[in-house]
Amino acid sequence: MRPESEAELAEVITGASAPFHIRGGGTRAIGVTTAAEVLETGGLSGISLYEPGALTLVAQAGTPLAEIEATLAAEGQRLAFEPMDHRGLLGTLGEPTIGGVVAGNVSGPRRVQAGAARDFLLGVQFVDGAGQVIKNGGRVMKNVTGYDLVKLMCGSWGTLGVLTEVSLKVLPVPETAATLLIDGLDEAGAQEVMSRALTSPFEVTGAAHAPGGPGEQPLTLLRLEGFAGSVAYRTGRLQDMFSDLSIRVETDPDRVGALWRWVRDVEIMQGTGGDVWKFSVRPSEAPGLLARLRAAHPVERVLYDWGGGLIWVECAPGTDLRPKELKGHATLIRASEQTRLNLPVFQPEPPALATLSAGIRARFDPRGMLNPGIMT
Amino acid sequence: MQMPDPNPAILARKARIVERLRSVLPADAVIEDEMETRAYECDALTAYRCPPLAAVLPSSTEEVAAVLKVCHEEGVPVVPRGSGTSLAGGALPTADSVILGVARMNEVLEVDYADRVIRVQTGRTNLSVTGAVEEEDFFYAPDPSSQLACAIAGNIAMNSGGAHCLKYGVTTNNLLGVTMVQMDGTVVEIGGAHLDAGGLDLLGLICGSEGQLGVVTEATLRILRKPEGARPVLMGFDSNEVAGECVSDIIKAGVLPVAIEFMDRPCIRATEDFAKAGYPDCEALLIVEVEGSPAEIDEQLGLILEIARRHDPVELREAQSADEAARIWLGRKSAFGAMGNINDYMCLDGTIPVSALPYVLRRIGEMSREFGLDVANVFHAGDGNMHPLILFNANEPGQLETCEAFGAEILKLCVEVGGCLTGEHGVGIEKRDLMVDQYDPVDLEAQMAVKDVFDPAWLLNPAKVFPLAASEGRRSLALAAE
Repeated sequence: MRPESEAELAEVITGASAPFHIRGGGTRAIGVTTAAEVLETGGLSGISLYEPGALTLVAQAGTPLAEIEATLAAEGQRLAFEPMDHRGLLGTLGEPTIGGVVAGNVSGPRRVQAGAARDFLLGVQFVDGAGQVIKNGGRVMKNVTGYDLVKLMCGSWGTLGVLTEVSLKVLPVPETAATLLIDGLDEAGAQEVMSRALTSPFEVTGAAHAPGGPGEQPLTLLRLEGFAGSVAYRTGRLQDMFSDLSIRVETDPDRVGALWRWVRDVEIMQGTGGDVWKFSVRPSEAPGLLARLRAAHPVERVLYDWGGGLIWVECAPGTDLRPKELKGHATLIRASEQTRLNLPVFQPEPPALATLSAGIRARFDPRGMLNPGIMT
Repeated sequence: MQMPDPNPAILARKARIVERLRSVLPADAVIEDEMETRAYECDALTAYRCPPLAAVLPSSTEEVAAVLKVCHEEGVPVVPRGSGTSLAGGALPTADSVILGVARMNEVLEVDYADRVIRVQTGRTNLSVTGAVEEEDFFYAPDPSSQLACAIAGNIAMNSGGAHCLKYGVTTNNLLGVTMVQMDGTVVEIGGAHLDAGGLDLLGLICGSEGQLGVVTEATLRILRKPEGARPVLMGFDSNEVAGECVSDIIKAGVLPVAIEFMDRPCIRATEDFAKAGYPDCEALLIVEVEGSPAEIDEQLGLILEIARRHDPVELREAQSADEAARIWLGRKSAFGAMGNINDYMCLDGTIPVSALPYVLRRIGEMSREFGLDVANVFHAGDGNMHPLILFNANEPGQLETCEAFGAEILKLCVEVGGCLTGEHGVGIEKRDLMVDQYDPVDLEAQMAVKDVFDPAWLLNPAKVFPLAASEGRRSLALAAE
């Protein structure tokens, strides 16, 4: 099924008797649904409004992300939450859509400073499981009119409704960017450096660490962005803060861009054979958590992002890496379908929260038509 | 503003309900005396008053849970209250409700600078959260005007903003986790010191739900390191259009000021009479503030002033000292006081797309003549959040009603140009009946369905947010089930 309009989509859902597997570009299918029939959103495509002076963009959900990024770039703007491209990691083909970014609340390294996709989403329109067209939020930056279903839809992976239109806050692309590269830190040391950088007044917009970076050597990266004079000044101040460390500074725009795509898209785990887990934790607890994980299972590759708040971990296929007591959450991003059927892809919720989530799903999709089972 | 009739069965059971509340709380935490409950009869929307059945002041999450369990069993509505600074009537009681005040819960539970988080009980005031981390040069970013008094509980309920959210976002962007008590007494933990939700974003849903989904007793908030410095610049223009274009050009140029404040001529004149900040007498005035080291500030202000000069300003004033910076802010910060000095006023809170600014200001001027009431505009221009202040005389019969009618027309205008009814104050009772102008019945139905899940008997913060007609079926059903 590939409806060409919102009205047609609403009709399709209203008239359907079997559930749908909703697909934007099909590049980030991490959950497993029992639905057999695919419902594609690619027919709902196009940017309906873009006001650079108001920092807002409205697009139909099936609009290719590349089209949006190109349109923004032409005006010197961007999606500041830096959405990850999952294709390399998951080995998927296809064209990522803005609806998929929103449905998965997909962010990147800049999330630690600028916020997540959910923080830049101003409004949504969607078709719920009963075929009703519902809107919430709008296209202005401050809006507390009624309940915030915008946040609820973001990261709900299509289980509450099929997004038809999204409005986003966009931001200017800074004049320059620089990256500080530090070699040889152990994980606890790197976490401390990232934390000190992020608690400085110097507005670090990326803080990542790979215990086995290029050449299998530990590499820590800190990013600064802004006007040229300001970036140069802050680079100097950070070098002063870490004067006991040997720091290289990368300022070439292409190489800085490539470094952060390497982090954003978890390139060190691309094309490797293991399962990939994503942990969201309290940053200072990240090294300790990894020590526990390593004690329990062989861990093959690791990447810290968000100053340690996000950890990517690769392990042998089929491993249940998720510890019993976890403050935070773990998502199984890459695994075989069999593994994903055996292990919950998303963090199981405590009973009281699971009841609330189930209650919300039952209201928005009473017949269980939309991606059933994909998050639970 | 109509409120539902109190349930006579609850009023008749007052003694029993109070007795049960006393059985779960210390003696001084239950207030039932009719003189004393008066203290809770209204919030900052003082035009509407109604003493509650009783008020309770629990000191812990456990006590909140015990209170809610009793009220749930008794079928008594509960109105959560932070500091009572809502401008929208968000904490207005009904005669058959129990006010649950969190004021006694004001402890800092944890500060962790390395992980950039603070955990507090939600009765703590907004400004004292920053106060708790200031010695290490940190701050909590959302800064509503009432920050000296307003509680974090109310900030979360209303998703409060402030002058600096162009750069730092509003409450929902700075809230990482909550402990919340549901109406039946169930305590839930959502989020924590980590980022983003593992399942559905319930935290995002709770923030801004106006105390209708649960009572938030503890919160984990993001704290930030203070910038090295900040400096404002003042610019005057001889038309609103030009000032609006200047705002748009600054934003497009890639500078992200922490604040862009806008005042129109009536507001400039009133504040000048009151505060004597030395503002120019012009149509529109902008205050733009940027942050960073002195050199970084120079770089940004240089660009901003260059843009401003292209728009033929009648005045450009850069603060050369802390004293001059304070003088630039003086008028803006005195604006509300200045209005109060002239007359009674009603403060509106609609948001519009920045591009619609000149049109909306022109229309407000026309409406001001039609309704025969003066209006002054002061607002956060960078994000389009307007605060028109309508002046009226509360002692003159009919003026409050005229003022409310005028306010409603302005808010409808905000919606018409692509904006919304409220940017940071919340719906409360004030904008409840205008919700149908922004949302279709099906949109409101989806929001009310969420309340059904969290509070099936519709006992929490009754008669707010949704038009009474829209929620009537649910409220009467809940009443019948009792």
